[in-house]
Amino acid sequence: MSITNGPMPDDATGLRKTSRLGALLQRSEAARGFTLLSPTLFIMAVGILVPIGILVVMSFWTQVGFGFDTTATTANYQMAAERPIYGALLRRSLWMSGMATMATVILSYPMAYFVAFHVHRNKMMWIVLITLPFWTSYLLRVFAWKVVLGYHGVINSALMNLGLIEAPLEFLLYSQSAVVITLAHAWAAFAILPMYVSLEKIDKSLLEAATDLGDGPIARFLRITLPLSLPGVISASLLIFIPTTGDYITPTLLGGPDGAMIGNLIQKQFGAINNWPMGAALSIILMLSIGAIAVSFMLIANFVRKRIS
Amino acid sequence: MSRHSYIKRPNRPLQFYAALFLVVLYLPVLFLPLFSFNTSIYVKFPLTGFTFQWYVELMDREPVWAALMNSLRVGITTSIISTGFGVFAAKAITRYRLPGKGPLIGFIMLPLVVPGIIFGVALLVLISRLGIQLSLVTVTVGHVIVCLPFAIATMIPRFEGFDPSVEEASADLGENAWWTFWRVTFPMVFPGILASLLLTFTVSFDEFIMAFFLSGTDPTLPMYIWSQLRFPKEFPSILALASIILVVSFALVFLGQWLNRDTQATDLNSE
Repeated sequence: MSITNGPMPDDATGLRKTSRLGALLQRSEAARGFTLLSPTLFIMAVGILVPIGILVVMSFWTQVGFGFDTTATTANYQMAAERPIYGALLRRSLWMSGMATMATVILSYPMAYFVAFHVHRNKMMWIVLITLPFWTSYLLRVFAWKVVLGYHGVINSALMNLGLIEAPLEFLLYSQSAVVITLAHAWAAFAILPMYVSLEKIDKSLLEAATDLGDGPIARFLRITLPLSLPGVISASLLIFIPTTGDYITPTLLGGPDGAMIGNLIQKQFGAINNWPMGAALSIILMLSIGAIAVSFMLIANFVRKRIS
Repeated sequence: MSRHSYIKRPNRPLQFYAALFLVVLYLPVLFLPLFSFNTSIYVKFPLTGFTFQWYVELMDREPVWAALMNSLRVGITTSIISTGFGVFAAKAITRYRLPGKGPLIGFIMLPLVVPGIIFGVALLVLISRLGIQLSLVTVTVGHVIVCLPFAIATMIPRFEGFDPSVEEASADLGENAWWTFWRVTFPMVFPGILASLLLTFTVSFDEFIMAFFLSGTDPTLPMYIWSQLRFPKEFPSILALASIILVVSFALVFLGQWLNRDTQATDLNSE
């Protein structure tokens, strides 16, 4: 420790003595830092900011055959507001990923709790085991669910073999529930990490104090563990809700007509329908609605957290 | 006795739940290899018999090999570029006081949360406005953007885990910044670099959404799988291909996490 902190006092006195030199040093430090960061910032700016800027501009154009009419018009947004199909798909997407988010958070919380409080050896092994599937192909994990839920899939054929059902259960595949199940399963690994981190951070002496003061396990959980882990729950919810709302692989493979989401429509605008400006407008609308919901969710969650703690 | 005795007391229902959770997490994916060895062309119970037929058939397919080579090229290029940029970014983030660091990190990590379709179509629009042909190069650009946050997040704990005074000592002993990096920093963060190479390669190799929007006539492996999904008679060979990809991905990610294990343990505990 003393070695680590060794150079620090010198630096501090140096800074105090000649504040101009200090300011220069600090500026050059920031400059050096930004130089190191610049390749990443450059590619992120070119790969994120510029394309999204063009997307915004394009959403005010109109498609003419294979070209674009670049006169600015809000026609795409008007159409999105007027035609009920767009609003319905958007609401359905938000609803479905909301359900998937809730299911994932509720089902993953006990697991995060278990690893944080009840695993003492090989904690890292557990974390790696839980997060491993998340790194592997999303397409293949969704494909696996198609195999499981299919008309002649694992569940149906197993149940029929056991003589429990006569005909395949049709609601399993090509339905909203199939999409919600798959989304929840695919993102569970991602949800556990932030919840685990915030549970792990809880000072165990608070739990002891609560016990000493007469709280039972349930009261202790509700009054200490849960409120203190809420930040993890909030970030887990956002980490699942935001990306799943725009998903189109799962609804394409498992959703059928009932389970289609706004992502499918956006993809079609850039594919078969070939109306890029409309697709751009829908993407912007999707981003704005996700942003609005995420911000209000965070505000409400913070408000609740302040009230209960 | 132990101060944490009541917390440490094993909770049987919770243990059972955790075991069940892991089983459910892995079970759906395990059906892919199971049915890839099944003789029947239909994916259903009861299993009809054991065969390597679908794997053998896969070996004879020219498009599979072509797609594999495409994926390897994209994956290797992506992992080298994103890890290279990631090393410098992670060093900048952990070692320097930067004004506006928080928002900057948030911006860099955006691809982790923003729906892939948004980045996919946005890049597609940019690339087509620039008049660039869609090819494996455009897929690689998309993959670098997806993989950079992973690379940086993998290496930040590495840089946090070692003492900056070692670098300072090297500088005090007369090494310039370049040699300090190669002789001190690089060996110290090397496991992180390896882990990042493995993880970003896997993410790129398995990535589908960017490839969907940005690939031209040369498909990557996931794109090839996607194109075959609508043919029921191809199902068993796709199961075989998917099983191989899954096994390789699991192995690479596991190796990457294992290489980086000590930093993660300390990182998670110190957080």
